[in-house]
Amino acid sequence: MNEASSERRVGWYRQMVAIRAFEEKVQELFMTSQIEGTTHLCQGQEAVSVGSIAAMEPDDVLTSTYRGHGQALARGMEQGVAFAELMGRSAGGSGGVGGSMHLVDFSMGNIGANAIVGAGLPIAVGAAMAFKIKEEPRVALTFFGDGATNIGTFHEALNMASVWKAPVVFIIENNLYGEYTPLRESTPLDDLARRADPFGMPGLVVDGQDIDVVYATVGEAIDRARGGDGPSLLEMKTYRYKGHSRSDPATYRPEGELEEWMARDPIEILGVRLETEALLSAAERTGIAEAAQVEADAAAEAAAESPYPELKEIVNYVYAD
Amino acid sequence: MSTQTEALSGALEAIEEMAYREAVNAALYDELAADPDVVFFGEDVTNDGGVFKTNYGLVEEFGSARVFNTPICENGFVGVALGMSLMGLRPVVEFMFSDFLPTAGDAIVNQLPKYRFMSGGQCAVPVTLRSISGATGRFGTQHSATGESWFMGHPGLRVAAASSPASAYSLLRAAIRDNTPVIVHEHKGLYGTKGEVRRGEVAEIGKAAVERAGSDLTIVSTLLMQHRARQARELLAEEGIDVELIDLRWIRPLDVDTVYASVKKTGRLVVVEEQVHNGGWGASLISSLAIRGVTWTAAPRAVSLPNDLLIPYSPPLEDEILPSVERIVEVAKASVSDSA
Repeated sequence: MNEASSERRVGWYRQMVAIRAFEEKVQELFMTSQIEGTTHLCQGQEAVSVGSIAAMEPDDVLTSTYRGHGQALARGMEQGVAFAELMGRSAGGSGGVGGSMHLVDFSMGNIGANAIVGAGLPIAVGAAMAFKIKEEPRVALTFFGDGATNIGTFHEALNMASVWKAPVVFIIENNLYGEYTPLRESTPLDDLARRADPFGMPGLVVDGQDIDVVYATVGEAIDRARGGDGPSLLEMKTYRYKGHSRSDPATYRPEGELEEWMARDPIEILGVRLETEALLSAAERTGIAEAAQVEADAAAEAAAESPYPELKEIVNYVYAD
Repeated sequence: MSTQTEALSGALEAIEEMAYREAVNAALYDELAADPDVVFFGEDVTNDGGVFKTNYGLVEEFGSARVFNTPICENGFVGVALGMSLMGLRPVVEFMFSDFLPTAGDAIVNQLPKYRFMSGGQCAVPVTLRSISGATGRFGTQHSATGESWFMGHPGLRVAAASSPASAYSLLRAAIRDNTPVIVHEHKGLYGTKGEVRRGEVAEIGKAAVERAGSDLTIVSTLLMQHRARQARELLAEEGIDVELIDLRWIRPLDVDTVYASVKKTGRLVVVEEQVHNGGWGASLISSLAIRGVTWTAAPRAVSLPNDLLIPYSPPLEDEILPSVERIVEVAKASVSDSA
């Protein structure tokens, strides 16, 4: 079992708190129309992105989805760069043309946040196959939701990855809802990890709220992929506290469900554990939360200072030389 | 493959007579040889040289890590090609039939052309799709489309169509070297046709070719229709009509400049298309020329597939609905007499 140092785990705690503060700030900026369009928030799912990405090496890559702020920040994107992208400013990671659904940074191996359900999986398999063909010891991770396990590219990607023993790890963020529809109405299984079986690869159910478990499990799948033994499918049981997107108040959820999941909050689970292990005090936790708030506020304020891009700049984004 | 190896090590500009399918093979061979990052895959591409025998010797020469078969899942394996391209490879993907392109609709419409843009220019997507197009094979309604105009409306994508061994070779080489995704259409009815190929030639992107100069009438076509237009040109010459024949070669970008220059001289245009006219390159070309304010001597005309029919299997009917040499001659003469 992969175990992380105390120092790293305290770092994860800070990252999860920072992502939570970022997402809350995004919501606030929507209310004041500083961010427009739509957004898909990840409060409640922070342990999946932070824990999984902590298990990656610097040369590894990932693809994510329109609910990808957590992955982008966990992989090292500065909050100011992310806010600027969400505000459509030229200081954004994609110069403001991508927006909330496309937080990417190729220099960090964050090679795609896709707004089409399921589209990131084959791309990750392709990256993994490039590593294999070039004989580079690198691995690709791909994050996607429970809803994506019903689309063709999921099955096509798992099949190709398995047949070719591609060094890739498939990570389902099962937050129980595909957009507004509960999983049980769209899918004949409770445990999506079983969808690994027909493709002859390991499929594991993982407690996505416990970052120590996430880190250890993803680490093992990465080791397996890097060692040439092929892909794995990991199903992270998790929950999004907010609706699918900005316009969704999530009234379809049964009473008490949100509270049940909030009682297993990923930040709280790690925080209590770190307190028990005497690695963080209650006061320090409060300090971390306050600092995260200040950081998010400051980053958003700085991002708003960045100008909007000009059309003549973005013309160069279409065709490569 | 010994002849190809000799050609490579010898004069790159050597002109060789070869069949269209050999020209495709030579382009693949030369790019795989020139750049270790080029990989080639698709359905059954290594089995007996592939379904249309364009791939002979490639897996033997370059190995199964770089030339390999895929499962039958176009949307998935075009996504794989995209992921490979982001990590420095230059994938070439074969579509056994152009009719399968829509099964990869998301990858072709939403992924390949948009990926670089959405990243703010952080990446390039050097992916080539080789698409085997066209009727005359008695393949029926779902295996006979050219599909040449299906993706012409997507910024970030290029679309080429090869009408001869020379262009099959040079367009494919240009596509593989381009850092933008390109679909190259090959016509399955042309694989056995022969012509001269300048080994080593890389086509200029977006440039149509004036195949034959003429002064009375401009005919623009692609793929198999280029051959029929060439035959029609000879028949028309016997009747004293001098046709300027343009092989469009690129459907995106459309080379309006070359056609404009020709029409400015002739004042007459016939587009010959193995597709329905509405929504295709012929309609776009005429629209672009109209916007530029061409002064027509006669209204432009189209010889195309019927707008409300599909391609049938029944051999005489398949032949009947395709634009024929006779039909092209007839429409060209009508164009000339229109204002004579």
